Amino acid sequence: MYQYTQDDQTLIDERVAQFRGQTERFLKGELDGDQFRALRLMNGLYIQTHAPMLRVAGPYGLLSSRQLRKLAEIARKYDKGYCHFTTRQNIQYNWPKLEEVPDILAELAEVQMHAIQTSGNCMRNTTTDPLSGVCKDEIEDPRPYCEIIRQWTTLHPEFAFLPRKFKIAVSGALHDRAATQFHDIGLHLVKNDAGEVGFKVFVGGGLGRTPVIGQVIRPFLEKKHLLSYLEAIVRIYNLFGRRDNKYKARIKILVKEEGLEKITELVKQEWQLNKDSLELSDERIESIKAQFAPPAYETNAGLDGSFNDRLQDNPAFATWVQQNTADHRVPGYRAAFISLKAPDAPPGDITDTQLDLVADLADRFSFGEVRSTHRQNLVLTDVKQTDLFTLWQELDAAKLATPNIGSATDIICCPGLDFCSLANAGSIGITREINQALDDLDYLHDLGDIKINISGCMNGCAHQSVGHIGILGVDKKGEEWYQITLGGSSENEAAIGDRLGPAVAKDQITRAVQDILDVYIKQRQEDESFLHTVKRVGITPFKEQVYANH
Amino acid sequence: MQIIKDKKITEDNWQFVADDQDIPQTGDITVSVSRWLNDKDSLTRRGGQTGLRIRSTDTLEDIAGDLAGMPLVELDIAMFGDGRSFSQAWLLRNRYHYRGEIRAVGNYLIDQIFYLHRTGVDAFQLDESRKPEDALAALNDFSVAYQPSVN
Ligand code: HEM
Ligand code: SF4
Repeated sequence: MYQYTQDDQTLIDERVAQFRGQTERFLKGELDGDQFRALRLMNGLYIQTHAPMLRVAGPYGLLSSRQLRKLAEIARKYDKGYCHFTTRQNIQYNWPKLEEVPDILAELAEVQMHAIQTSGNCMRNTTTDPLSGVCKDEIEDPRPYCEIIRQWTTLHPEFAFLPRKFKIAVSGALHDRAATQFHDIGLHLVKNDAGEVGFKVFVGGGLGRTPVIGQVIRPFLEKKHLLSYLEAIVRIYNLFGRRDNKYKARIKILVKEEGLEKITELVKQEWQLNKDSLELSDERIESIKAQFAPPAYETNAGLDGSFNDRLQDNPAFATWVQQNTADHRVPGYRAAFISLKAPDAPPGDITDTQLDLVADLADRFSFGEVRSTHRQNLVLTDVKQTDLFTLWQELDAAKLATPNIGSATDIICCPGLDFCSLANAGSIGITREINQALDDLDYLHDLGDIKINISGCMNGCAHQSVGHIGILGVDKKGEEWYQITLGGSSENEAAIGDRLGPAVAKDQITRAVQDILDVYIKQRQEDESFLHTVKRVGITPFKEQVYANH
Repeated sequence: MQIIKDKKITEDNWQFVADDQDIPQTGDITVSVSRWLNDKDSLTRRGGQTGLRIRSTDTLEDIAGDLAGMPLVELDIAMFGDGRSFSQAWLLRNRYHYRGEIRAVGNYLIDQIFYLHRTGVDAFQLDESRKPEDALAALNDFSVAYQPSVN
């Protein structure tokens, strides 16, 4: 993975010093609340219901074992012994003390980490496919480009005060595992007719209150123009994005109001004037690529037969392999997901001891690296199949092997009423209830790929609008109610879910989910997935069942 | 009045003349874009120098043709969160090749001085919350940068 140069290190050290000064000025009353707010947000620091919340950047989700150990140490020393992985591959602490945040940032800087631009109206952490570099359907590894974008976005002097936040995601594979069409800019590595690899550029996607699917602004962009084209888009957005209403300030609204054609033209004009001054050289691309060279795989890892014996002997292991591991482009290796969705734990949460364990497992079995995923799990991407059994045993003992990756209990869920001042309704409790209702593993695995996303309010932090089943907390006269949508997807066939009907009460929502799953089982044809069934039969059968019972 | 200019504390006598005030015959002044566009001829004939005060909502193309001899452009940052001025500075330098002074005025934070300077702003209006020493120090908040800009 990318190793910091002296300049990288200097920059984050100087940032810590700057933030320490800002925090002191605020505590002395020299900065008012609004001023400090803008500055602390640029360092990932929110003020929440109970305490500040600190969001630490996980650059395109890639973490070393050393970094994991530091995250564990911070959780122990400054928080309540745990932290949380977000849908954008970042890490959140829910209980830091404001005065201690500069110290936390200084500790992070020791392991090449920071919280720069993890919130605020600026360009955020660039995210990508957690299986980059190892999946079989890859056109090119997107991580070098993510790193190039990371550097370009970091402390960009012109774009630190945009109308609103700005998020970029990159996918290098045929299958979009990075929700790129729901980002302000989505980039797909693609091959053109001449066989050259470049980027297909999407613009104006986003979730939140007004979910919008990104549109193609440029079908093919040569690699050397990556930064100049991004710069052109962001400059047009900075100059013309709405600043009168924060709910209309994202680039998705600019694209909607002005039309794709006009924005495309403006961007093109801007880009023509700028593209020669910001060209990416082949040497630079190659030198960054070299930092993501494949690890030293064993060439005969596929020959060992003990893996198959284990699969035969141990059904629980076989189930885990089936559900929680993915194909690898190198024979004899698999990518092993670490489920942060144990039935009794808030989705995405991980304790300090679990973090330390994952760090050790990464060192022993996966070249010392781990990735975080868009669905709030972790993945060890380079595990030899003969090591999987030991890995599984150790993960299982630490409650990190729930075999539910991609299933109906692999739920994305926001903090909701438990932690968030904006919430209308709880989401963690609903997740727990659904888990209890779906505790039969055979049933769960039979249901197959079902993505349930639960947000406590319309800000949509848990992407409910693109869940196959989306659940949205609403307030009805002070009570917690839930609106259901069906058929959303953040993958290639991007779609926003359709509303099923009126919101249902808190004590009915889990029953409603079960009804929906029952209808699916009845309606599906052979191996048809939930999403395809919803597409084929429409929402009416689901609606009839859910509202018949209530 | 003291300002920061070219990384030094400097005495300065420029005055902004609001649209409802009379134009003085002498002394160095800045005026709004609309006043400039309306009264360009008389403004260039007066005794002192005349510069522009550009708001973040102004369109640079409107004054692009007048930038050549312009001694001073002030970027008026009405709210520190309004980042358009940063792009305006960049455009003035890179697109319109403006070489005169660009001064940040209004409601910006000391913490933005480093960025403003990088995008081409070379002078900074001071006030109670922006003391000369602090403003000078802020120019050096960072010693490294990842991306090209003006500085
Ligand atoms: C705990 C307190 C939290 C608060 C107060 C909060 C607040 C918000 C608000 C107000 C928005 C809407 C912004 C907009 O539409 O422009 C938002 C969006 C978002 N939040 Fe949160 N959030 C919280 C926690 C989280 C967590 C834990 C996650 C990760 C699971 C998260 C992930 C997101 C994402 C991904 C979006 C943006 C979706 C998009 O518009 O592209 N948030 N959040
Ligand atoms: S979706 Fe709403 S309730 Fe949930 S974390 Fe975001 S702002 Fe809070």
